[in-house]
Amino acid sequence: MRPVTASQTIGPFWHPLGDPALADLTRFGATGTRLALTGRIIDGGGVSVDDACVEIWQATPLASPVFPGWGRCATRTGGEFGFRTLAPDASAPYLAVAIFSRGLVKPLWTRVYFADTGDPLLAALPAARRATLLARAEPAGWRWDVRLQGDGETVFLEM
Amino acid sequence: MTEPAYLPLSSGSQPPYAVPSYTSSLLRAPHQPLVALAPTIERSGPVFSPSQFLITADLSHEAGRSAFGQRILVAGRVTDEADRPVPNTMIELWQANAAGRYHHVADARDAPLDPNFRGNGRVFTDPEGYYHFLSIKPGAYPWGNHHNAWRPAHIHFSLFGASWGARLITQMYFPDDPLLAFDPIYQAIPDPAARARLVAAFDLDLTQPNLALGYRFDIVLRGLHATPMEGAR
Repeated sequence: MRPVTASQTIGPFWHPLGDPALADLTRFGATGTRLALTGRIIDGGGVSVDDACVEIWQATPLASPVFPGWGRCATRTGGEFGFRTLAPDASAPYLAVAIFSRGLVKPLWTRVYFADTGDPLLAALPAARRATLLARAEPAGWRWDVRLQGDGETVFLEM
Repeated sequence: MTEPAYLPLSSGSQPPYAVPSYTSSLLRAPHQPLVALAPTIERSGPVFSPSQFLITADLSHEAGRSAFGQRILVAGRVTDEADRPVPNTMIELWQANAAGRYHHVADARDAPLDPNFRGNGRVFTDPEGYYHFLSIKPGAYPWGNHHNAWRPAHIHFSLFGASWGARLITQMYFPDDPLLAFDPIYQAIPDPAARARLVAAFDLDLTQPNLALGYRFDIVLRGLHATPMEGAR
């Protein structure tokens, strides 16, 4: 077997990849239940991470020529990111998330859930840690903040 | 039988999150242990089409004008651990110019920009996993990590592979670069053999007469593999 190529940081200059359109998974006209997700990334010192690349992948609705299932968003000043997509099926109410940034030599893998339905990953976590994977409903849409390190550290996954 | 799964990563082949000599990692590396994931939706992944993500396989020209620098052809093959090709997968590329400066608003150092070099490309592997692109050799550049810190010349690669867990962002380096020995990002990889695999090989057979020096850079992504169920015969 051949060893997997080593990961290296995305660095601070990755934005040629950062077309803002990629954060809107509905841009090709897909129809269904709309879902807006915003959040903020902060580091272990409580400082905004404003040069990160946040990517999402969802398996439902099935990807099609009008629905890529994948999105990418650059964090802005304040560490804020935001996606517009379609809601995943209620049977698996979550998105897969990968976070890349300067200072991260490999991606942080996680998930964001829109319901706590007894999913095995959530069920295995203590309540305080489970809460870090749950988006909360706000009038403008779903909100999910990410803490890379320290108090309230988001749960990150071993792929 | 059980569902195909990711194989564990071989020891030392990947850097740890916390790299003491890489200052930016200190407040961004998680402190809590990672939580084991039984992949579900992660076993599938996005599929990209050149019709929506246009191919740019020549970074060495802009509007027909040549960029400054040593012209290079980079080629290689993308496979999984079992040497199965990863076909039709998107590779995104970005790099500094020959003077070591990025065409990026955040790179404001005193080195010249090249109007004929933007430094970003996109290619797809062919049905056998092969890719290639034309560029110029990027320059080394200073950075603020420590006194007299210089990044070795490198090209950034972003790959997707066949499933979400295969996603890889890495950097390709050049042979015989004396800066590699001092670079905390490259040196963050524990296994010297794994580090060496990030260094492209000069290849005279790839070298294009009167055009470009050839470098070979093969990439291995995680694949999903059939594994016998524990206790199964």
